[in-house]
Amino acid sequence: MDRQFIPRSLQRSSFTRFAAWILPWILLLGLGLYAMYLCLAEGLNQTNMDNRFAFGLWIYLDLTVIALGAGAFFTGFLLYILRREELKAVINSAVVLGLICYSGAVAVLMVDVGQPLRAWFTFWHPNTHSMLTEVTFCLTCYLTVLAIEYVPVVLKNRKLRQIPRFLVFEFELHKVMPVFAGIGTFLSFFHQGSLGGLYGVLVGRPFAFREVLGIWPSTFYLFILSAAAVGPSFVLLTTWLVQKLSGKQLVKPEVLRFLGKVSGWMLIVYVLLKTVDTLYWINHTAPAEGAPAYTFYTSPGFGTWILFAEIILLGLLPAIMLLSKRLRERPAVLVSAAFLACCGIVMNRFVMTIQTLALPTLPFDQMMSYVPSWQEIATFLAIVAYGVVLYSLSFRYMTLFPQERDIRQ
Amino acid sequence: MEQTAQSKSRYGMVIDLDRCTGCGVCMVACAVENNVAPAEQKATERTGVTWLRVYPVSNGEGFPANDSVFIPMTCQQCGNHTPCVSVCPQNAVEVDPSTGIVGQIPQRCLGCRYCMTACPYHARYFDWWDPQWPEGTEALLNPDVAPRMRGVAEKCNFCHGRLHAARTKAAAAGRKEIAAGDYVPACVESCPSRAIVFGDLADETNEVSRLSRSINTFQFLPKLGTAPKIFYHSAKEWVRKMADRAPLA
Repeated sequence: MDRQFIPRSLQRSSFTRFAAWILPWILLLGLGLYAMYLCLAEGLNQTNMDNRFAFGLWIYLDLTVIALGAGAFFTGFLLYILRREELKAVINSAVVLGLICYSGAVAVLMVDVGQPLRAWFTFWHPNTHSMLTEVTFCLTCYLTVLAIEYVPVVLKNRKLRQIPRFLVFEFELHKVMPVFAGIGTFLSFFHQGSLGGLYGVLVGRPFAFREVLGIWPSTFYLFILSAAAVGPSFVLLTTWLVQKLSGKQLVKPEVLRFLGKVSGWMLIVYVLLKTVDTLYWINHTAPAEGAPAYTFYTSPGFGTWILFAEIILLGLLPAIMLLSKRLRERPAVLVSAAFLACCGIVMNRFVMTIQTLALPTLPFDQMMSYVPSWQEIATFLAIVAYGVVLYSLSFRYMTLFPQERDIRQ
Repeated sequence: MEQTAQSKSRYGMVIDLDRCTGCGVCMVACAVENNVAPAEQKATERTGVTWLRVYPVSNGEGFPANDSVFIPMTCQQCGNHTPCVSVCPQNAVEVDPSTGIVGQIPQRCLGCRYCMTACPYHARYFDWWDPQWPEGTEALLNPDVAPRMRGVAEKCNFCHGRLHAARTKAAAAGRKEIAAGDYVPACVESCPSRAIVFGDLADETNEVSRLSRSINTFQFLPKLGTAPKIFYHSAKEWVRKMADRAPLA
C-alpha cells in the first residue's frame, strides 16, 4: 500500500511486516511518553535521584548517546571537508543516527531539569563561565544543523521529488552542505568537549577534577577525541546491524573497513592521551586535592578493574584490532572491535557520571548508591524506541545507503 | 544603604564541635525561619530539604574509648572559586561582593542540579516535591522569605531575610553599617549551647574573626582551595584528624 513512497529499485518488506516490526517499538514509545508525563506533571520525585545523586541514569545515557551520535559530525567532516568520497555510502545513515541521538538526548534533558519552561533563561542571561551554557548553546545549534542536514535526505523521497520546488531546494541545499558540515564539526567539537569539561571543572570532586590545558580541563579534549573515535565505530556497527536485520548488503565492505580504520587511529590517540591524563591525575591532581587516587578504588563495585576495562580492554584492544589490516578484513573482528569501542565510551561516560557521584567527598561519608526508577528507565527506552522508529521509517522511505541499488543482492 | 553595600564584609561562622550536643534545634530554627516546608511523606533523608544538617560521627572505637561528635554542616560559603557559582548555566547563584554571602536565586534556577553535583559539602538541596504546609500552618510562614517552588535548588544563605531586616533597621536609624547584634542567623540564635559564633570575618576585632584564627580551628576540605567561611573548632585531636582525612582512606 505504500509502494509509491519506497525509493525505486529498492527492495523493502511488505507493509504488514514493516508494521509488525514497528508496532512493539511504538508501544514502548507510548510507555516512555507516559513516564515522561509523570515526571513533568508530578515532578522529579518520580525518579530515584536525590540530593546526593543529583545526576542519574539520564545524564549518563545522554552523554553516551551524544558521544555515539558523533558519527554524524565526524563522517560529515571526513566527507565534506577532507573529501573522503567513499563515505557518501554512509553519510545519510550517519546524519539520521546523529539526529536521533541528539534530539533524543535533548528530549530527555527537558524532562531531567526541574523547571523545563525556564530553559530559555540560559540564552537570555547565560553564565558564560559555565560548561553547561556552552553545552546548551552548541547542542541547540548543532541540532538545528542536523535537522538541516536531514532535510535533503527527506526531500529525496520519490514522492516529494515530484514537487519541483523541493527538487530545486534539495539541489541548492546540497551545494551548501560542506558549510553545514563545517559548522557542525565546529559546534560538535565544542559541545562534546564541554560535556567532558562539565566534570573536569568540578573542583569539589577530586575524582572528576582535571588540570586546565589552555582554558579547558583535560577532559574537554579527551571527550572530543573519544567521541570522534567512537562515532565512526557506531556508524559501522549500526550499518552492520541494519544489513543483518534487512538481510541486504547496503554498503561495500571497504566502506566499513575504512570506518574501522578511522576509528582505530582516533582510538589509539585517545587511549594514549587518556593514559597520560590518568597517570598525571593519579600522581598530581588528585593528591593535591587531598584525595589519594587509591581511595577512589577501594569499593569492590568500583575497583581498579574499571580502569583496566576502560583503557585496555575497551580502548587499546579494539584500537589494535581496528588498526591491523589483517584483522580488519575479517568482518567478525571488525564488528567486534567496533562493538568493544562503543562499550568503551559507555564505560567512560558511566565512570565520569556515576562513579563521580557515588564517591563521597566529606571525610565521614560513605559510598552512595542509586538504582533508577522505572520512570527513568522507561523514559530512556522511549528514546531508543523513537530512534528505532525514525530510523526504520528513514530506511524504508528514503535512500540511506546509496550503494544499496548498485550492489547485486 | 549604598555605603553598606560597598563595604567589604565577609560573613562567616565558627562552630564549636565540643559544645554541640546534636540536639538539632538549629535545624528546626533554620527550617522555620526560611520557610522550608515539612518533609513530604515519601521523602527520605536524601530527598528532604535541610539547609543545615547535623551529622553524627563516631571515632569508631569500642567502649570505653568510644567518642562521637556532631557536625552541623551547611553551605560553607566558599570564598574562592566557589564551585556552585561558576557551574550554574543561568546565573542563579551569585556571591554578594558586599557580604561574601553565596546567594541562591530560585526564581532563575533551571533545576539542572549541576550546582549540587559541584558542591563537595552536599549543602545544596533540590525541591523534589511541591512545598506544602498543613492547613492552618501557612499563617506561621515567615513573610520575609519567599518559599521555593518544586524543581529548583536551594541552600543556606545566612538567613537573608534577617540581613535585610538589619539593613532596614540601620537605615532607619541613620546608620551606614548594620550593628553586629542586629544580624544573627536563626541557627546561631537558637543554639542552646552557644556552639555557633557568627559575624564578619573581615573585622579583626570580631570574636568570629579571632576564633577562626585560633588554635584547634579547622575547615573541611581546605585542600580544594575553595576557602570556606565556615570554621569548626574542636580540642579533640581525633576530630581534627578525621576532618583532615580523605574519604574512604
